[in-house]
This record gives sequence, structure tokens and C-alpha cells, in this order.
Amino acid sequence: MTGVRVAGVGLTRFGSHPERTGRDLFAEASERAFTDAGVDRDAVEELNYGNFMGALAEHQGHQAPLMAEAAGVRCPATRYESACASAGVAVREAVRTVAAGDADVVLAGGMERMTNLDTEGATEGLAIAADDLFEVRAGVTFPGAYALMANAYFEAHGGGREELAHVASKNHENALPNEYAQFRKAVSVEEALAAPPVAEPLHLYDACPITDGASALVFVSEEYAADNDLDAPVAVTGTGQGTDRMALADRADLASTPAADDAAAAAYDDAGIGPADVDLAEVHDCFTIAEVLAIESLGFAEPGDGIAAARDGLTTADGDLPVNLSGGLKAKGHPVGATGGSQIAEVTRLLRGDHPNSDHVADADVGVAHNAGGTVASAVVHVLEVAE
Amino acid sequence: MTDEIATDGGASTVNAGYDEWIDALAEGAGYALVCPDGHGSLPPRRVCPECGSSSLSEEALPDRGEIETFTVVHVPSPRFADDAPYVTAVARFGPVRLTGIVRGVDPESGGDEERAGSDADDEAVEVGTTVEVGVGERETDGGRIVAFRPVET
Ligand SMILES: [Zn+2]
Repeated sequence: MTGVRVAGVGLTRFGSHPERTGRDLFAEASERAFTDAGVDRDAVEELNYGNFMGALAEHQGHQAPLMAEAAGVRCPATRYESACASAGVAVREAVRTVAAGDADVVLAGGMERMTNLDTEGATEGLAIAADDLFEVRAGVTFPGAYALMANAYFEAHGGGREELAHVASKNHENALPNEYAQFRKAVSVEEALAAPPVAEPLHLYDACPITDGASALVFVSEEYAADNDLDAPVAVTGTGQGTDRMALADRADLASTPAADDAAAAAYDDAGIGPADVDLAEVHDCFTIAEVLAIESLGFAEPGDGIAAARDGLTTADGDLPVNLSGGLKAKGHPVGATGGSQIAEVTRLLRGDHPNSDHVADADVGVAHNAGGTVASAVVHVLEVAE
Repeated sequence: MTDEIATDGGASTVNAGYDEWIDALAEGAGYALVCPDGHGSLPPRRVCPECGSSSLSEEALPDRGEIETFTVVHVPSPRFADDAPYVTAVARFGPVRLTGIVRGVDPESGGDEERAGSDADDEAVEVGTTVEVGVGERETDGGRIVAFRPVET
């Protein structure tokens, strides 16, 4: 086993780029990652690439060789698909490959192109992350599934739309200085509450937008970083993954996310830390209720207490544990297959001190990234630490 | 053929096991698969998804179930374009939970707020509502759906 370093990170601006091809988006992100890393393209030994709906959005399967070309690397390339956790699992396999000593340099990340579809097409594309026979045919949309979880949470623990509006408002505030964010626009709690419903109790500002974008990361072994004199101060010290029953109705509990509990426990164990050691987190807030469930799974709040965390200031930029300083999926955007890689990029920038929101976490040493697929039938958690 | 499946959302696909299950539900003979430990699941299955037991038997669903959570969907997928707004719920029926559309309720009430134009004859859906289950049709394309209907308790 060897230490794994993040040598470089690269993102496209998240947003609406309906005219841009997926290959062009990933080319831009990977170019930035190589520049940031100071690593030559020909050093890359594997490409792990995440993508969810390319077959629907671009009529393009078998995307990994295409993205290897776009990035200018010639090596074994594989596409990973776990719905919204596609890049998270791609990153996890890159980390495991380097940690095992099977490669010294791995490029990982993902891309999603969505805004070339109309709203109905994107809604249908996202819905297929649920069980087609027993959920999608019963009218479950992606927001609808999280709305079912939100109502179950309110029923079990209390809380309501106002607490969720605080999550939305916080994440929009965090996105204001982030040059990669889709929405750099403040949203007040009152505005969030007044927005039209999407799937009650979730309204427009409870939902992430539809986004195009790509993420890329260069992971290297500790030895490679030292031998090549790379400036790579952030290490990935823990990785964990969890899987649950596909359909929400088949879960033991509708108001929590056991797959994320499992992923967090494994990642903390791998890193030899606990929730109390964490200084900041990027979590999968595809909907406001998802951030609430995520921070409970990560052990930052007891079950039933997560709903009040944003309102009470625990997770705000100047709180004890800032969550989604990037703006989160909510305001930064959610190009599905790129999101898990983008979270790693944001945590790395925050820990290195070169993120526009780094001043809020100047002394931070430990960050966590939480990436979820579907209604958290898949979950991936990574722990990143400042190593030098 | 591939294009045809893509454009109708797979509605013409035969899904052995599921199709027989929804046929039975339509005839009032819905069932769950149950293992010796009492775990319920829905077909097609070769093993219990909870414990791996291959000893599965069909057990009739109880006549009545209870809504555990619901949502009023306002932004639908294309197959439900003419159905919105509609209520989707998860309801407990003995050893399994089912996901379905709630008929005979007013989607404009019982959600976040009472809205003008709601139909006073239909009741509002809530957690704990007792329902029966059958098969209904999507208004958009006539496709079959699992349908719940509130019953007097
Ligand atoms: Zn069993």
C-alpha cells in the first residue's frame, strides 16, 4: 500500500453549454488538470471516466476511448456508471489502483451533457436511475423520489420546508465567489419558500439545476510525487462505498441513507479518523433534503438533527463544519457523471488554500466528499487530508 | 427495433414475471414473494434479496395497505405529461411496500398548501391513509400503473 496524492484538479465552468460536445467538455477539464498537476500526459497509466446518460443525451455509448483521445492519453480507459455517483466510483477505483501499487499516475473524472435535452427529456433521463418496473412506471421522477424521502423524514423527525430553504440559501451564498458555479446568485429563504412546486414538498429552489460540465483529477503515488518534485500537498487517505436496495420502497427506512452510512464508516476506518476530525465537507445535495440525509450519514448530526444544521449555522461558511462551500450541486450545478470528481476538486482546492472560499477554513486539515447515486442506492465517501 | 424501444420508453417490452404480477394485481389477486424468514419481495426473483433464500412462495397481498409517504408531482416525465399534477405514494401491504399513483384524491389539496380550484369531493392524501391497490391507466398514453385508492376504515 502506498499513499495517494491529488496532483492536479480541473473543471469546466458548470452551466448551460448546449452546443458543446461531451468530448470537448472533458478535454477542457483534463487540460486544466494536467496544467495544475505539472504531470505529462504520457505518464498516465489508466483513465477512469464517469458518465451516466451519454447514450440518451448524445447517442454515444462506449465513451471511454473517446475521452482518452480528448484528454490526449493512450492507456487502458474505462467508463464507470453509478448514476449520479459515476465519477465517485471512477475516483474510488483510481485511488485503489494507485494505493495498491498497480499504477503511479491515474486520470479520473467524468462528464455529463444534459442541457441539449429539453426539460422532459432530462427528467426522463434522470428518472432511469430509479427502478423502471416498480418506480418509474408508478410516476416516480428524480425530484419525486427525494420528495418521498423528505415527507418520510418530516413524518419521522419533524421539520419542514423552511429548514430546507435554509440549505438552499446557504449553498447559493457559497457559490457567489466560485468561478465554476452555474448560479452565482443569492437566494433568500423567503424566495426559496415562494418558488413553484416541483414534487411537493420540494419546490424549485430545493432542486439542483440541469447542468453540462466535466471534472478531471490526476492522482499519483506518494513516491511519484516525491521523485518528480510535484507540488501535491493533499492526500486521499480514505475511500468507502455502500450499496442499498435499488427501489426506495424496499429500504429498511425511508428517512435515512444506509448506503452512505456504510460508505462513511468504511472511509473513516480507512483513514483512521472519525466525524469529529472533519473540518469541511462537500456532500451530494441534489435536493436540499439530500444534504440533510448526507450529514446524518457522515456523523455530523444525529438522526433527526440534520434538518436544522443550516438554519442553526453549524454548516454555514463560518460555522463549525462548513458544508458545500463550493455551492454544492444545488448552486454550483450537477452534471451528473462529473459531480463526484468535481467534489474532490473542490475539497482539494479548499484544503490547499486556493479556493475562493478557503479563507473560511484557513486551518482546515481534513475534508470529506460524499457522492450518491439514485436515491442513494449507491454512495461513495472519500477522506482527503493535508499531508504536507 | 432499438429505436422503437427507445421512443416508447420500453412500454412494448415484455417483462416476464412483472407482467404476470401486474395482471394478477389487476384481477384483484396481487401477491408478494415471501421467504421462510418472512422477507417480502416483488417478482421476478430467484432468491430473496434480503437473505438469499431460494425458497420463495407467493403470498396474497392484504386487502388494505397504509400510505407511509407521498409526493405531489408537478413536473412529470413524458409518459406522465397529461397526468400531472398527480400523487405518487409508497404504501405498506403486509410483507412488502408498493409504489403507486393515488387515485380518488385531490392532488391540489393535502400538499404544501390548499390551492384555489381544488375539488371538494375528493379527499386530501396524508401519511397513514388506508388504501386498496389495483391497476389503473396513465392518462397520457393508457399505460398500466399500480393504483391506490383510499378506503373507509
Ligand atoms: Zn429472506
